[in-house]
Amino acid sequence: MSSADAVAGVLWIGVTAYAVFGGADFGAGFWSLFAGRGERARRARDLIGWAIGPVWEANHVWLIFVLVVLWTGFSTAFASIFSTLFIPLSLAAIGIVLRGSGFAFHKTARRLAGRRVAERLFGLSSLLTPFFLGTVLGAVASGEVPVGNAAGDPVSSWTGPLPLLLGALSVAVSAYLAAVFLVSDARRAGAADLERYFAVRALGAAVAAGALAVAGIVALRADARFVYGGLTSAGLPLVIVSAVCGIAVLVLLRRGARRGARALAVGAVAAVVCGWGVAQHPYLLPQELTIDAGAAPTATLTSLLIVFGVAVVLVIPSLALLYTLAQRDLIAEGDAPVTDRGDR
Amino acid sequence: MTQLAVPLASTLEAARSQMAFTLGFHIILASLGVALPALMLIANHRGLRRDDADALLLARRWSKVVAVTFAVGAVTGTVLSFEFGLLWPEFTGRFGEVFGVLFAIEGIFFFLEAIFVAIYIFGWERLSPWTHFWSGVPIPFCGLGGAFSVVAVNSWMNQPQGYTMSSGGEVTDVDPLKVIFNPAVPYEVPHMILAAYLVTGFLVASVYAVGMLRGRRDRYHRLGLLIPLTVACALAPVQFAVGDSAARAIAKDQPIKFAAMECVQTTATHVTEYIYGRCTSEGVKGGVGIPGFDSFLVGFSTDTEVIGLDTVPAEDRPPANTMLHWAFDTMVGIGSAMIALGLWLGVVWWRRREIPQTKWFLRAVAISGVAAVVALECGWIVTEVGRQPWIVYEVMRTEDAVTQADGVWVTFALVVGLYVVLGAALAITLRAMARRWRAAAEDDSEVPYGPSGPPAEVAR
Repeated sequence: MSSADAVAGVLWIGVTAYAVFGGADFGAGFWSLFAGRGERARRARDLIGWAIGPVWEANHVWLIFVLVVLWTGFSTAFASIFSTLFIPLSLAAIGIVLRGSGFAFHKTARRLAGRRVAERLFGLSSLLTPFFLGTVLGAVASGEVPVGNAAGDPVSSWTGPLPLLLGALSVAVSAYLAAVFLVSDARRAGAADLERYFAVRALGAAVAAGALAVAGIVALRADARFVYGGLTSAGLPLVIVSAVCGIAVLVLLRRGARRGARALAVGAVAAVVCGWGVAQHPYLLPQELTIDAGAAPTATLTSLLIVFGVAVVLVIPSLALLYTLAQRDLIAEGDAPVTDRGDR
Repeated sequence: MTQLAVPLASTLEAARSQMAFTLGFHIILASLGVALPALMLIANHRGLRRDDADALLLARRWSKVVAVTFAVGAVTGTVLSFEFGLLWPEFTGRFGEVFGVLFAIEGIFFFLEAIFVAIYIFGWERLSPWTHFWSGVPIPFCGLGGAFSVVAVNSWMNQPQGYTMSSGGEVTDVDPLKVIFNPAVPYEVPHMILAAYLVTGFLVASVYAVGMLRGRRDRYHRLGLLIPLTVACALAPVQFAVGDSAARAIAKDQPIKFAAMECVQTTATHVTEYIYGRCTSEGVKGGVGIPGFDSFLVGFSTDTEVIGLDTVPAEDRPPANTMLHWAFDTMVGIGSAMIALGLWLGVVWWRRREIPQTKWFLRAVAISGVAAVVALECGWIVTEVGRQPWIVYEVMRTEDAVTQADGVWVTFALVVGLYVVLGAALAITLRAMARRWRAAAEDDSEVPYGPSGPPAEVAR
């Protein structure tokens, strides 16, 4: 394996981690947006805030990780993607601002109206950001991003069926992941009714994601033959793993199983994202720019790999510490927010 | 041709405006992110060591300010990452592989910082006090490391080295160590890190000075003023020395930037140092002139030759000369005033072991926070506008780096609108937090982006 391939692998680890952790966060915002009004909606929102509070910041560092590895390891691809897809990426960036500030401020807003506005912003941008990031992935896959400074079409590059479907799929997958996570969080908080509430939503999101995935495969076949070919050959085992994991989660949720659903849901998403990476290999921009042709000089790639090694040694244990402390309720200022309806 | 050139020129203007605006906004939050955790830990340590309840309360409240500014800073920092591609694809496309490793290093520091900030601010209740303190100790070091990495990239843009380029403009080889330790790092990095500590120290102290001016002169307020003010006043003279050597280094490394800062039109010896005044092609109009002093500042002798703007063609000179000159003078002026404030504090403390309680001292501290931010922005203007027309000094022009995509004016307008709301929300939030703290003797307010507050309030 060349060092360019290794760096591409590192990049894809970042993309996968962002899809899983960032995705779960976006999905939580999605459920916050569509929780509706009333007492149960308020408790669902409180659970969401309580569950993602300590971890959301770290979750979104993965996006910065992806951007930095991309522009350092594969500068040309980065420049081409960001100039052609100026519109969806600008909208995603604005979504990230709205989302972060909506979440940062909705707890501090004293008046109900301010809190509502902040919550709406948080929810709405949690919907739009993964959608636009999904369209970017779709535009790249369908070969709409030529090498150059804004060389592709600024609009039609990301408004074809495949990018739009992938945008919708990103939203659905995020919602699915978040719902599965929130089932566990509701159990941790001792709220049996919210456990069921999110289990139902996980099933709904899973069905939606499955349907969109099927439609996406049809669109891939039409607009992104190279990636389609990869997903149905080298990437096929990972696609199958993803589907099996996804179905297993549904079975577990229906049975109300206490363990395993979260890990399997993560597996389902991680497998399909990895499968995508395998399918697109050896291209950064399918049939436009290969990983080797687009890679930085060797010294840069080596440095990136060293930095990544250091990151693994330093960041992974710290991250594990954070998640462990959070799961054991050692870093939370209040008790779990929903404790009163646990027995019903 | 002209039809093609006009939209390009306006895209460049919009991209530069958006970059300047978003960076100018982020730099304040980034400074707080670098230095506020250190103040917080100083207060925390004092609180635990001396069993000082006031200090602990300060630490706890500052940690909540860290939480909210860190959250907003993370967001505005992410926007900057996007802008590397959205605004400057030619720059990042060509040189990303040269300077990018620094951002990868910064990524580690930021990641660790995010993790330990989360552990610290959510750990007040259930971690043991000293464990909790130590969980915060990595934060200021991550801040230093992150600041080093990011500022080193800017230093590299001022003093690019450590790569070879083919005739086609393709980077063919990179020497990462030469990139990381480029010649501008030794002065630019410490200057920015010290600036972060000064801004944070004076800004926090100014909050308590205002409180004391309004009659809240209890021990809690005096301590809240003293801790940050001591740190800032101790560092102000260091910053002056670092800044002075930075200016001399720039006179050598980037003589045209220096000439623009000082409005030196023609190369000469015995150059007059002008304080303020309007820069024109015939020299400085107005302002206070000190004959020979500019030469003296550059080489400790009035015989020192200072290179003038006329040594390069007009298109290679920075724009907005008067603004640059004023920005530089304002920064130096505020820096000097900070040292004077430190002397005031030092003398009174030495004689009476107490903060000066006069209204004028508190007023001076109260405006020092805003003044420090002004100095920070001025310094940033000097280094960024002073480097123009280059994005990579003498290698790539800013106009060659900009995106060809349409719509930057639209995103600029959106971003300005968004950031105005964001800034207002941040200010309102911090004020509301302060009001709640004043209202409640107990520290029971909620962490800004944290879990819900007391369960009684949430559960039915």
